[in-house]
Amino acid sequence: MSSKRPNQLFRNMPAKVAAIPMVVTALFIFVGGTAWTVVYSFTKSGLLPRLKWVGLDQYERLWGTNRWLVSIENLAIYGICMLVLVFVIGFILAALIDQKIRFENTIRTVILYPYALSFVVTGLVWQWILNPEFGVQGIVRDLGWQSFTFNPLYSPQIAIFGVLIAGLWQGSGLVMVLMLAGLRGIDQEVWKAARVDGIPTWKTYIFIVIPMMRPVFITTLVLVVTGIVKIYDLIVAQTGGGPGIATEVPAKYVYDMMFQAANLGQGFAASTMMLVTVALIIIPWAMLEFGGKRRV
Amino acid sequence: MDAGTGRFVRHKPCYFFREENMKSIRMILAGATALGLSMSVANATDLEVMHWWTSGGEAAAVAEFAKAFDATGNHWVDAAIVGGEQARAVMVSRITGGDPMGAFQFNYGRQSEELIEAGLLRDLTDIAKAEGWADLVNPPSLLEGCTVDGRIYCAPVNIHSWQWLWLSHKAFADAGVPVPANWADFAAAAPALVAADKIPLAMGQQGWQQSGAFNVMFAALIPQEVFLAVYGDKNAEVAAGPEVAKVFEAAATAREMSANSTVQNWNDATNLVITGKAGGQIMGDWAQGEFAVAEQVAGKDYSCLPGLGTTEVLGTGGDAFYFPVLKDEAQIAAQGELAALLLKPETQVAFNLKKGSLPVRGDIDLAAANDCMRKGLALLAEGKLLPDTNQLLTPDTANQINTLFTEFFADPSMTAQAAQERFAGIIENAE
Repeated sequence: MSSKRPNQLFRNMPAKVAAIPMVVTALFIFVGGTAWTVVYSFTKSGLLPRLKWVGLDQYERLWGTNRWLVSIENLAIYGICMLVLVFVIGFILAALIDQKIRFENTIRTVILYPYALSFVVTGLVWQWILNPEFGVQGIVRDLGWQSFTFNPLYSPQIAIFGVLIAGLWQGSGLVMVLMLAGLRGIDQEVWKAARVDGIPTWKTYIFIVIPMMRPVFITTLVLVVTGIVKIYDLIVAQTGGGPGIATEVPAKYVYDMMFQAANLGQGFAASTMMLVTVALIIIPWAMLEFGGKRRV
Repeated sequence: MDAGTGRFVRHKPCYFFREENMKSIRMILAGATALGLSMSVANATDLEVMHWWTSGGEAAAVAEFAKAFDATGNHWVDAAIVGGEQARAVMVSRITGGDPMGAFQFNYGRQSEELIEAGLLRDLTDIAKAEGWADLVNPPSLLEGCTVDGRIYCAPVNIHSWQWLWLSHKAFADAGVPVPANWADFAAAAPALVAADKIPLAMGQQGWQQSGAFNVMFAALIPQEVFLAVYGDKNAEVAAGPEVAKVFEAAATAREMSANSTVQNWNDATNLVITGKAGGQIMGDWAQGEFAVAEQVAGKDYSCLPGLGTTEVLGTGGDAFYFPVLKDEAQIAAQGELAALLLKPETQVAFNLKKGSLPVRGDIDLAAANDCMRKGLALLAEGKLLPDTNQLLTPDTANQINTLFTEFFADPSMTAQAAQERFAGIIENAE
């Protein structure tokens, strides 16, 4: 009989010991905190948490509240537009810069620069740019085009797109840089082969290069999506949720309920719903992404 | 120092720790300790006081408190936060997070209910007894707002009433119409104001201002029993009834009148009235302070109509100071001194004249009071009073009503009827 196989648990001991603090943090703070929030979302917690069960009351009220429904709708509009546009703009910018142009470093820095600004600064800057008296509309009117109207932040129907512009301005640079890194990682031989075969450049990008950049796309997707779901500071700085409730978002609903309305239960219910929404998107995707590979 | 570095020093003598240097270091340390001790003896106790009094008139008023408190040998550390909603969020998270300040301002009423229940706020009953607050606070309902289970938890400092209409004489002169005497006249004068390129009604685009204006119309335009039935007894049927429908009609009129008012903060809206760009504003008596800072004279440059000039009535809301439970003896003593000081006659006079609010004691003479304050004092003496919405509604319900009116005022397509239905729904679920 050969000696027993070493216990899997004790293999690579130093690495496991080193990971313990992170594991503990993840378990107690992230998982524990999440569980605590979910539990208390079934209670009637006011200013302070207390275990007074009310069943699904908080959720019923949440889904009966117009402001929450508007928040969800806004997040969906902002999220889908942001996701599509930031990828399109980011990739096109990266592809343009990749044409071995002059002053590449300068242009790259200029485009990435907005990302170095916080959302609060971005929000305030765009609040001024979109202000009808001092911003774009005012300048064009001063040039003589008196009937020119461009004030998205003051019309409830399109105010969320005013926020979207600011979000795109801030986020496109990062996507561009990531895409550029991906493009530079493509072997030049691929390009040469495509040219020999007489494939047009745009077709090479779409059918050969982009599929090869899959890992970069996934990294970027995760970064962009988490940025979208947690959007809060941009809204607070740029519109404060207004005009009316036209640019409210779920994260702001959670904050306002917890700290202004002194209704923790309602805030917890809303944040639990945010978690469920994210889980509904992430879990099927993760199963497809990681579960699929094992079967192959 | 020796224990920690001993081994290291033995192996490789370090210049810094040589004997002669150690001597001088010890002397410096001893000197610093002595200096520190003497400073803390001479220095009075620092007490951090949080409030949201940041507009011109408010800041001038709170400076009176700080001056009086510093004169007692203590030190007022001012921690002002812009905006009541933000300020309350910060205060509550600091208290519940175990990092309480020395004292903080709240509106009395139900905002502090849970903090008191959780035992986070200091019981002031002894100080109140020693100072005789029960006899001198007028109206007595103010002290009731501070009382939970027979114990007193806050020091009321002023009476603020929401029910005022502020009118700019300049705006009406420019429009060529006389200054109105009540809400109906004002609404009728709106077209003339619009024709003269004025905003009839200045209104900040914030929920608390919009729902506040609604509550004022609610208290003034229809019989008060309805107000009390809806907000006091939470009677949803009355809230859905025909009397309240009239108030929503008036709110729809106010929405039209304030259509071009794009300012956010209440004092910016007041400034529109001060400069004559807007005809009037429905705002609490704290607006008085802004007129005073702008050196306007009541009755000459502006008018004030309590109860919108229709039903003369005042709500008895206001500000109070609460004191979190602390551990440090010196700070506890300073809290006590501050609590007693806030209701002293001299402090009350100095503070309320700057703030534009009414004092909480009936026994002091406000000789310097202007026209508007006198109107308020007269109503107070006659007892034409209503409880404030802060005393009747939980912050949660108030927040729901705020959101409703934010939507209502921003969206002209929302009918008065639809708004009233939702309002009745909120009242039905209110506590």
